[in-house]
Amino acid sequence: MNSSSFRFFQFAAPARFYALAGALVPWCWAAFAALAAVGLWIGFFVAPTDATQGESYRIIFIHVPAAWMSMLLYLVMAFWAAVGWAFNARLASMTARAIAPTGAMFTFLALWTGALWGKPTWGTWWVWDARLTSELILLFLYVGFLSLVSAIDDPRRADRAGALLAIVGSINVPIIYFSVKWWNTLHQGATISVTAAPKMASTMLTAMLLMTLAFWAYAFAVVFTRTRAIVLERDRHASWARESVRPAPAPATPGMQL
Amino acid sequence: MIWDSAAEFFAMGGYGLYVWGAYAVTLACMAVEPLLVRKRHRAARRALAAEGDSA
Repeated sequence: MNSSSFRFFQFAAPARFYALAGALVPWCWAAFAALAAVGLWIGFFVAPTDATQGESYRIIFIHVPAAWMSMLLYLVMAFWAAVGWAFNARLASMTARAIAPTGAMFTFLALWTGALWGKPTWGTWWVWDARLTSELILLFLYVGFLSLVSAIDDPRRADRAGALLAIVGSINVPIIYFSVKWWNTLHQGATISVTAAPKMASTMLTAMLLMTLAFWAYAFAVVFTRTRAIVLERDRHASWARESVRPAPAPATPGMQL
Repeated sequence: MIWDSAAEFFAMGGYGLYVWGAYAVTLACMAVEPLLVRKRHRAARRALAAEGDSA
C-alpha cells in the first residue's frame, strides 16, 4: 500500500475516528442550538400568518426538515452499509448502524407532524395515498434494518445482511420524493424546487432552511456519539479502546506516592 | 410583532393543539434520543474501564 492511500484510510480506523468524532460533537451541538434558536424565532415571530392555512402552517418548520432528514439519512445509511460490505470497512458498517435509529426517529416525526397538520388542513389524520404510504414504508425499512442486524449474532454477517436490506430498500426514497408528481395525491407538491421560484414568503423559507440545517447538526451530533459507542462496544478487546478510557497518567512528581 | 399577547401566541389562531402537539413530540424525541445515546456511550466506556481493571 502506498503512502497516499494509507493517509486516505487514516480516519477509516476506528481509533482515529473515535478521537475526531469526539472533538466534533460539541461543535455540532453548538451549531444545532444556534440554528434552532434563530430558525424558531423567525418561524414564530417574524414569518407572517399564511393566507389560506392560518397558523397551522407553522408545523412546516419541523415537518419538512424531518421528512428531508428521514430520506437523506436513509440514503447515507445505505451508502455506508454498501461501503462497509464492498470494501470490508468495519467503521462504515458501524456508521450505518448508528444512523438507523435517528433516521427512524425523523421518519416517525415526519409522519406525526404530518398527521397533526393533515387534520386541520385536509380534515383527516391519515390517508393511504402514495406519499404517506411510502413514508410509512420507509419507517418499516428502518425498523426492519435495526431488527435484522440485532437478530444476527456475528457482527460482520449482521452488517452484510443489513447492507443488503438497506440497498434494496433505497429504491423507496425516490418513490417518496416523486410520489406527489407520479400519483394523484392529497399531499401538496414539493416545497422547494431547484427549477421554479419559491412559492412561499422568504421569511418562511429562511426559517425552514435554518431548521433543516439545525436538524443536520443534530443528526451529526447524535450519529457521531452513537458510532463512538458502537466502536467501543465492538473494539473492546483492542488496546486503543482500553487506552481511551484510562485517565491520563499524572505527571511523575518526585516523592509522590502512586 | 405578529402576536398581540401571549395568549394569542399559544392559541395559534385556533390551531394550538395541532401546532404545539407537533412541536412537543418533536422536542421530546430530540431531547430523549441524545440522552439515550449518551447513556449508551458512557456504559460502553464503563464496561471497558471495568474490563481493564480486571485484566
